[in-house]
Amino acid sequence: METLWFVLVAFMLTAYVVLDGFDLGTGAVHFLVGKTQKERALALRAIGPVWDGNEVWLLAAGGALYFAFPTLYASSFSGFYLPLTMVLWLLMLRALGVELRGHVDNSMWRSMWDVVFSGASVLLAIFFGAALGNVVRGVPLRSDGYFFVPLWTDWMPGPSPGVLDWYTVLTGVVALVVLGTHGANFVALKTEGDVNTRARRVGLYGASAIVVLTVVSLAATLYVRPGILANFSARPWGIVLPGLVAVALAAMLWSRTVRVDDLTAFLGSAGFIVAMLGGAAFALYPTLLPSSTDPALSLTIHNVAAAPYGLGVGIVWWTIGFVLAVGYFTYLYRSFRGKVTLEGEGY
Amino acid sequence: MDDALLVHRLQFAFTITYHYLFPQLTMGLAPLIVIFKSLYLWKGDERYNIAARFWAKIFGISFLFGVITGIPMEFQFGTNWAAFSKYAGGVIGQTLAMEGMFAFFLESAFLGLFLYGEKRLGKVGHWLAATMVFVGSWLSGYFIIATNAWMQYPVGYTVQADGSVTLNSFWALLLNPWAIYQYMHNMGGALVTGSFAVAALGAYYVLSRDQVEYGKLFLRMGVTAALIASCLQAFPTGDWQAKMVAEHQPVTLAAMEGLFETREGAPMVLIGQPNVAEQRLDNPIEVPGVLSFLTYKRWNAQVKGLNEFPRDQWPDNIALLYYSYHIMVGLGTMFIAVTFAGVFLMWRRRLFDARWLLWIFMLAFPFPFIANTAGWMTAELGRQPWLVYGLMRTADGASPMVSAGNGMFTLLGFAGMYTLLSMLFLFLMWREIEHGPAFLSGQTHHDDEESIQPS
Repeated sequence: METLWFVLVAFMLTAYVVLDGFDLGTGAVHFLVGKTQKERALALRAIGPVWDGNEVWLLAAGGALYFAFPTLYASSFSGFYLPLTMVLWLLMLRALGVELRGHVDNSMWRSMWDVVFSGASVLLAIFFGAALGNVVRGVPLRSDGYFFVPLWTDWMPGPSPGVLDWYTVLTGVVALVVLGTHGANFVALKTEGDVNTRARRVGLYGASAIVVLTVVSLAATLYVRPGILANFSARPWGIVLPGLVAVALAAMLWSRTVRVDDLTAFLGSAGFIVAMLGGAAFALYPTLLPSSTDPALSLTIHNVAAAPYGLGVGIVWWTIGFVLAVGYFTYLYRSFRGKVTLEGEGY
Repeated sequence: MDDALLVHRLQFAFTITYHYLFPQLTMGLAPLIVIFKSLYLWKGDERYNIAARFWAKIFGISFLFGVITGIPMEFQFGTNWAAFSKYAGGVIGQTLAMEGMFAFFLESAFLGLFLYGEKRLGKVGHWLAATMVFVGSWLSGYFIIATNAWMQYPVGYTVQADGSVTLNSFWALLLNPWAIYQYMHNMGGALVTGSFAVAALGAYYVLSRDQVEYGKLFLRMGVTAALIASCLQAFPTGDWQAKMVAEHQPVTLAAMEGLFETREGAPMVLIGQPNVAEQRLDNPIEVPGVLSFLTYKRWNAQVKGLNEFPRDQWPDNIALLYYSYHIMVGLGTMFIAVTFAGVFLMWRRRLFDARWLLWIFMLAFPFPFIANTAGWMTAELGRQPWLVYGLMRTADGASPMVSAGNGMFTLLGFAGMYTLLSMLFLFLMWREIEHGPAFLSGQTHHDDEESIQPS
């Protein structure tokens, strides 16, 4: 039961990163793909009707995490107090940027929100990457299950690290590049003309950078957490995840060079995110938050899960809610399918 | 009181109070928008559709502000109230997670369709999208109320070996009687806010002799809905809610009423200042016997005063609790009076010429926000000193590792961020009001830079 919820929470977080990832990525490459205000409006139109629904995956995943592993939620949210509060502020600014830009017909107003939207998206991508880096690296958990990490200490991933050290900064940069590429692929898929051309170019550069960064970050992870691959030798079927990473990378490069195809590129970056996060979850299992000092203090699905009755009831309503949500989203994306233009209704 | 605890409490109180300004408006407007859309389908009069489109714009902006101020609430359960989450997460995690799965997905998906898809969806489809947004926002309210109701009146739980609580009955949690009464009272309150907003804008358009046609439409809808909602707030929902408090939190009732001594034939206090140090009410103006009657349906029934309860069970801010409750009830009474006058004059076909009353309606829109806030303060201050009534004290719920200094940093950050939000919100509202519904006739565009801008 705990394992099932581990998979469900990991799945929901992955869905969040894939879906809101292209919103954040669109923000990150906002000024790279759109040179004029009209072009940037086009990029915003691509995410306009869907970004809010995508962000809900974060709330739903957070809710599921709270429900299934309340002790972990308590420990990690209070331990990462400052960065999480900053994430909140950035999410607010991002939302304002997307939604308010079009409300006033004034070019200074639009420029201001373009910068807010793009800046907040860049920082959010970095924060989320650093967050994953923190979870992989571990935190100084106490015996009562609590911890508190300052924003930085000596920038080294030792026993008493900060939220930011060289490793988590690296994972932050990886996240920025990956989500930026994913966003560019989404923009390319949804647009035509100059914006499409530029988005494709960004997608190609991004995919090439990801190849390098994947190798670098894997090496860094092995250096910081030498035992991280133990699960892969214990359960060899997990090797499909790194395999998927390779396939996704190949698809991204192939569809940007040999046979240009925006849909394949987008599916490639989405698949890359799924495989990377899936791989991280696979490597961590059954640990949810490793201790950077004594491994016995790590929070695992066994010492932080809610009681079986609640988890069992949850499976029932979660399944119903999930089927409904997939239905809404299918309808939503179908309604707004196709390329966006500057004419017509809505964004 | 420990410094850090005070900061955690202030931050939660501030962020939730600010947040709830928006959902009460959107939850109140949602059913009114559905009514406008239904009237349009039924009567085919384009003006109803434009009215719906106009309020959808107000709704959309308010919804955005509701969403972005709402996310910090879910986060703060973990960031600021970790000990509480560790203790109660096994129970209230259910309702909070269900809100995400059942309400947020529904709302967000259909809001996009509702705001940007009028042409694509067609008449009936667009009506359906509006209805789904309404259902989603009201469902969301229920899950939050069920969470709060469990903290007010815990049910369906078992205490585990490690001292935390765990769920033992899903349906007991979901159908907590406290949740049902509190929900009805709360949603009625939201409807008061929404309908007063519609009436206020109608009054503004009629008084300013600009877009008078829509002004009258808004007034008719707003005043009627406001009368119904205001009456429901007093009876039966307010009455039911008060009986729950009297039965399960008698010490809270005594503090709300400023009743220091147990009395038979207890009076209802209209005005008076609680003097907690000397345990009496200064300068009271009271109506004898009414409190006993309202609570127990007997004029001479005994109502327990604060003196019956040990001091460490008393709410820790009796004066503020007393005022919150009295402000809520006082404003609620005035809402009934004003809307009754409005409906009466409407029936006599004199409402649109009664400029004095229109002025009152126009200026009245902030008061439902105050009344709703005061109502929530009554509920939350009344629950003190407990975080989970009778089970966990507020002092034991805060995050052990977050210092007062870190808390203050984020509290100030929120204060700054919300000041910015307030300015933006008022600016955007003012723009929409200035444009008014007439601006939207004959166009289905979202008014971004690409659409045709008349004027």
